[in-house]
Amino acid sequence: MKSAWQSLAGLLSGLGRATLFLFQLLAATPHALARPRILIRQLYMVGTLSLVIIVVSGSFVGMVLALQGYRTLSGFGATASLGIFVAFTVVRELGPVVTALLFAGRAGSALAAEIGLMRATDQLSGMEMMAVDPLRYVVAPRFLAGFIAMPLLTAIFSVMAIGVAGGYLIGVSLLGVDPGAFWSQIHANMHPLDIWQSMFKALVFGAVITWIAVYQGYHAAPNSEGVSSATTTTVVASSLAVLGLDFILTAFMFR
Amino acid sequence: MPDIPFLKHAMAVDDNLVKIRGLRFGYGRGRLVYDGVDIDIPRGCVTAIMGPSGTGKTTLLRLIGGQWRPTAGTVEFDGVDVHRQGRRDLYALRRRMGMLFQNGALLTDLSVFDNVAFPLREHTTLPESMIRDLVLLKLDAVGLRGARDLAADALSGGMARRVALARAIALDPEMVMYDEPFTGQDPISMGVLMRLIRTLNDALGLTSIIVSHDVAEVLSISDQVYILSGGKVVAQGTPEAVRGSTEAHARQFLDGRHDGPLAFQYPAPLLAQDLGLGAVS
Repeated sequence: MKSAWQSLAGLLSGLGRATLFLFQLLAATPHALARPRILIRQLYMVGTLSLVIIVVSGSFVGMVLALQGYRTLSGFGATASLGIFVAFTVVRELGPVVTALLFAGRAGSALAAEIGLMRATDQLSGMEMMAVDPLRYVVAPRFLAGFIAMPLLTAIFSVMAIGVAGGYLIGVSLLGVDPGAFWSQIHANMHPLDIWQSMFKALVFGAVITWIAVYQGYHAAPNSEGVSSATTTTVVASSLAVLGLDFILTAFMFR
Repeated sequence: MPDIPFLKHAMAVDDNLVKIRGLRFGYGRGRLVYDGVDIDIPRGCVTAIMGPSGTGKTTLLRLIGGQWRPTAGTVEFDGVDVHRQGRRDLYALRRRMGMLFQNGALLTDLSVFDNVAFPLREHTTLPESMIRDLVLLKLDAVGLRGARDLAADALSGGMARRVALARAIALDPEMVMYDEPFTGQDPISMGVLMRLIRTLNDALGLTSIIVSHDVAEVLSISDQVYILSGGKVVAQGTPEAVRGSTEAHARQFLDGRHDGPLAFQYPAPLLAQDLGLGAVS
């Protein structure tokens, strides 16, 4: 049975190794830009292939928000504010956070499993023996792709939740809120800073999730249990990191 | 003697491409894999490293390639201490080595063609037309020119190793290391691989290291053999000399006997004691 001190020491040394890995990764990232084909392929893998879950989730989150918001606002006779209610909730919080949690579950786990399997099947060792740095060729493009994809996915999630098939569909088409009021409230109250802050959160979440995923995959034990553990740890650690970071970022942004 | 680096290097060059001295290596606490091993790999020869499973044969290749560091001792490649090199110099050394991994280690998201082209694209500025010609020549050498468009994960084990061999020689290395090339191969694939290893070594003037425990096959294509056991070299020399070795570990390995210095049973209490039968003495 490990003592609390041993567990704490293990956690700190793990954080130290992960931080060193991040520095190595950041140093390797410019080389990923020199290989645009690999980067584009990874953008497809982590971004495009995540679109379905993002679009569907965004729509349902927007629909539920509209239903709940309408019920609450109608008690105050303020259903005209439904648009801004949904928009603020999605842009400031649910957009980046839910997208990040979904991204961790779909793309983060896939990244960890893929790199872990490459480790287990000696593909990374093979690259090292061919004098090709796997950090530059394998890890950095995936990290960069996650960093780029997250804000784009967040934007798509937010558009789906507020407008296309979410809040607007339920609020205006089903519950009869005036479409002019729906959009004008958003236009009048939503500031560009809200959107920039949402994108900033998405960038931070994207970087943290892909960092955790590639670190876990790269250091996975070269067997099936190691790959499984790396995948699980990625999803759990990323989700907790996203929620914790969201609190910290929100505390600083919306003081 | 004038202080000319090139002259010093030329004078230092000997017949051995790889020179291992006093190698010690272990995993964690207590498990010593190598305990003061000396090995010479002569240029232009096929050298076999043999021994029972778990003797650290693959470990030796990783130590030669600089992927792992020894606890003590030195590994020199062409007079250069592999483990005293910085990253850039180590990678420069590795470009002069090729390695065939046990499972091929092909990049599964690339085709056969792209796998072989991979080191050429990464390390040369050759035009794509020339890379294409080189890749087709390498694939032709292993008999898989026609398989160029197949996906790497669609290949059989034998084909994957042949593609990996084509990739290993893509940059015309001075040395190729083969990690258990015959494991799990059917007789036809094994025959093809054996002939390829010998032919490529002689035709391209390579130095080859084969790590294996397939006694008959490896002895038939090697110029020199080392048998490792218990962290030490227990027999070495030409295949004929090794076949005639009287050293107990080597004899047990070569003859495939279950009894000898290496016990069949992993150290354990008496079976009766484990099963709770009878008195424990």
